[in-house]
Amino acid sequence: MRLIVPLRGVIQGRGGLFVGSLIPCCLFYFLQLYLKGRRPPPSDPTELPRTSSRSNLFSRGNSIGRVRVSSRAVPVAKPPDSPYYIGLERVKTDPYDRITNTDGIIQLGLAESTLCFDLLQRWMSENLMESIMQSGDGEFDISSIAMYKPFEGLLELRVAFADFMSRIMGGKVSFDPSKMVITAGGTPAIEVLAFCLADHGNAFLIPTPYYPGFERDIKFRTGVELIPVHCRSSDNFTVTVSALEQAFNQARKRGSKVSGILFSNPSNPVGNILSRETLHDILKFAQEKNIHVIYDEIFAGSVYGEKEFVSMAEIADSGDVDKSRVHIIYALSKDLSIPGFRAGVIYSFHEDVVSAAKKLMRFSSVSVPVQRILISLLSDVRFIEEYMTAHRQRIRDKHVRFVEGLKQLGIPCAESGGGLYCWVDMSSLLTSYSEKGELELFEKLLTVAKINATPGTACFCIEPGWFRCCFTALADEDIPVIMDRIRQLAESIRS
Amino acid sequence: MGLPLMIERSSNNNNNNNNVVELSRVAVSDTHGEDSPYFAGWKAYDENPYDETHNPSGVIQMGLAENQVSFDLLETYLEKKNPEGSMWGSKGAPGFRENALFQDYHGLKTFRQAMASFMEQIRGGKARFDPDRIVLTAGATAANELLTFILADPNDALLVPTPYYPGFDRDLRWRTGVKIVPIHCDSSNNFQITPEALESAYQTARDANIRVRGVLITNPSNPLGATVQKKVLEDLLDFCVRKNIHLVSDEIYSGSVFHASEFTSVAEIVENIDDVSVKERVHIVYSLSKDLGLPGFRVGTIYSYNDNVVRTARRMSSFTLVSSQTQHMLASMLSDVEFTEKYIRINRERLRRRYETIVEGLKKAGIECLKGNAGLFCWMNLGFLLEKKTKDGELQLWDVILKELKLNISPGTSCHCSEFGWFRVCFANMSENTLEIALKRIHEFMDRRRKF
Repeated sequence: MRLIVPLRGVIQGRGGLFVGSLIPCCLFYFLQLYLKGRRPPPSDPTELPRTSSRSNLFSRGNSIGRVRVSSRAVPVAKPPDSPYYIGLERVKTDPYDRITNTDGIIQLGLAESTLCFDLLQRWMSENLMESIMQSGDGEFDISSIAMYKPFEGLLELRVAFADFMSRIMGGKVSFDPSKMVITAGGTPAIEVLAFCLADHGNAFLIPTPYYPGFERDIKFRTGVELIPVHCRSSDNFTVTVSALEQAFNQARKRGSKVSGILFSNPSNPVGNILSRETLHDILKFAQEKNIHVIYDEIFAGSVYGEKEFVSMAEIADSGDVDKSRVHIIYALSKDLSIPGFRAGVIYSFHEDVVSAAKKLMRFSSVSVPVQRILISLLSDVRFIEEYMTAHRQRIRDKHVRFVEGLKQLGIPCAESGGGLYCWVDMSSLLTSYSEKGELELFEKLLTVAKINATPGTACFCIEPGWFRCCFTALADEDIPVIMDRIRQLAESIRS
Repeated sequence: MGLPLMIERSSNNNNNNNNVVELSRVAVSDTHGEDSPYFAGWKAYDENPYDETHNPSGVIQMGLAENQVSFDLLETYLEKKNPEGSMWGSKGAPGFRENALFQDYHGLKTFRQAMASFMEQIRGGKARFDPDRIVLTAGATAANELLTFILADPNDALLVPTPYYPGFDRDLRWRTGVKIVPIHCDSSNNFQITPEALESAYQTARDANIRVRGVLITNPSNPLGATVQKKVLEDLLDFCVRKNIHLVSDEIYSGSVFHASEFTSVAEIVENIDDVSVKERVHIVYSLSKDLGLPGFRVGTIYSYNDNVVRTARRMSSFTLVSSQTQHMLASMLSDVEFTEKYIRINRERLRRRYETIVEGLKKAGIECLKGNAGLFCWMNLGFLLEKKTKDGELQLWDVILKELKLNISPGTSCHCSEFGWFRVCFANMSENTLEIALKRIHEFMDRRRKF
């Protein structure tokens, strides 16, 4: 009774009907909220009374609830929304082939190299069998490849890897096999480091633009955040300590705990090489803030420019900073063109990180027969020297051709000295200088020019119009085809 | 065995005074369990390993479930069928090119087909496996961890029957943050899982406000060395349906059942069910490490009847891919039906004989084992030797066996067994001679004890 009187008063007033229906709705809504709060946790929403007839139970169909996956699994299965993955998927539907599908989509979105396959093929056909079967007297002993071996990799492999890494980085730094853990590729290497250096909810600072795969590799299961540190074309996208400082302070204000900084050097997607001085400054900054530095040096052997590549290991060794905060990732996927083999490295100056990573390798180790092949391959010094020389030369040549081709179209590239790609400024082709404009251009490149290039947005670049184009899986004759398609697209845009 | 020790981290939030850089909780936790007796025995073995010629009084490793009894079959096959390295992919340009670049988390189709065929053979064709539901991982260890990430959130729980493989404490919990709530089983019914034990475990979790996401069993069981009865599997699935949770069956020893007819895979039960909402909660883990004796190859699989889980597992498998070279190497071997049929048959036979040798030998020494029918180990009962039927009593006896008999066996407490005095003894990772020596040492020990 008491409730009705005020309602009547409201309904008869201005906007009465509206308010008059609003109040009961609100009451109903609050009632629902109250009831929901009182309901027990929904862990067994379909608890049914036990029945003795099993077949009866299994055929109940709709009355049994659908079993759920964990909440952290949900985002993993979603269809990709990043242009990086979308582009890769589209190429699969209509891949270019020089002979059988000349109208197909040309893949410029995957950083892999086939430039020195001939050399690798020759090595494999001459040495593969022997390296696996492995014994001097010609007798095959299966226990050498079948049995459990330490998950962190055979000592001989770590020794061979240490030597190989030293060689391809110019021989100026040596790597200690005892600080090394072999992983099933670069992907688990970065994830394991993230698990060891940061707790769920902590963050890494990461200069942009960065490799789109880090979003998955780091965030999928560890719960570690990535905080971008924006770099600009005016600095050729090189990170500065002041930008790091700013990002660090902003993160702290927001309540985010920064555990470390993640770099790739040579950088991906720009292809920059960090100078000795910059590496030093970054390490000092990390020391000051007491955080980790992680260097992904996966393209260290793919340096073709004039600038010298310096590994963070060399800087760390120079003695005046606490080394235990320095961690390096490497893998054979890029420099040695064997991503299918799945072989990577975590190299850490922190004893406890090495120890934890070793134990975690049980989840991501390299098969023993593959380790045997790699020991043989990486210790074949003559072959490695021949390979690295050819690899660098061929990338340089391809880079020159590609960049020159773009230049003739009036399309400039950022300065780069390493990697399997170039960072192309297509802003002149944008209809609007914005992320939207860039994604429209990405779509046009895919559907009209039939080229898959990774747009800067996928790499979190703050300036629109930049695209990563990988050129190391192209034959020389593919380049004019690409340039022609871009030219036609450009003309249609500009007209 | 208690909660994992969490070492207190110094509160060191980016200050300049104490410049020791911090590591994560995962890095400092000891959930890896490598300080437990299960692993301590391994260290003793590493320091003084038995060798027939060079160190006959060394420690005999009976704590590692590795299958070496059928190596000769593999060796012969690989040598015969692989004269020019064609199997290894060294022949022919296209083979190498594909291997080198292929890093697709779908896995090689030929290899998945070969795995499906092999898994069907092991089950005598009583269940079909669809190659597109196979997700490859670098070993079963990775498969179990991956499934745990997908099925449960941090602080959720999986119910696992005791005694269980000690590695689960690490594999299921370390990085995932998921808990294990034990389903207690005891010798009164040969450690089989009962509906009461299931309910009790579930209630224990609920009382502690922990959400149960699934049940994980090993079938055949490690460490029991016995298959799970068909009725128990049906009860389990029933239970999982009623609670609306998942059922994971780790069938890593399925090819090591001594008599094929005694093994029922959960796949057989699901085979006859059409209702997707029942099927899609079932997932099987398998690997080539035990049945095929190839742990070094790091090949594991998740087989799921749930499309969403297959899709998710595939993507997550990027962290634990099997190299294309390995897949290529094994694809032709596993699809060679003539070879696999012969291998499975002979392997089973040899394991059965080994098992009989050790059980008979122990019996003569006055020691009983659980009646087993599978696996690479037996479940031995030394309860009658314990001074005190407690965890300490058991560990004391374990220590004596390690130090005096120089035998590394696994104590039941490390497997979370609720009864004291049980030990897992592996017999397939050594020659027949070595097994005889181990039995001799046990006989002598028992003789000495009788004299007192």
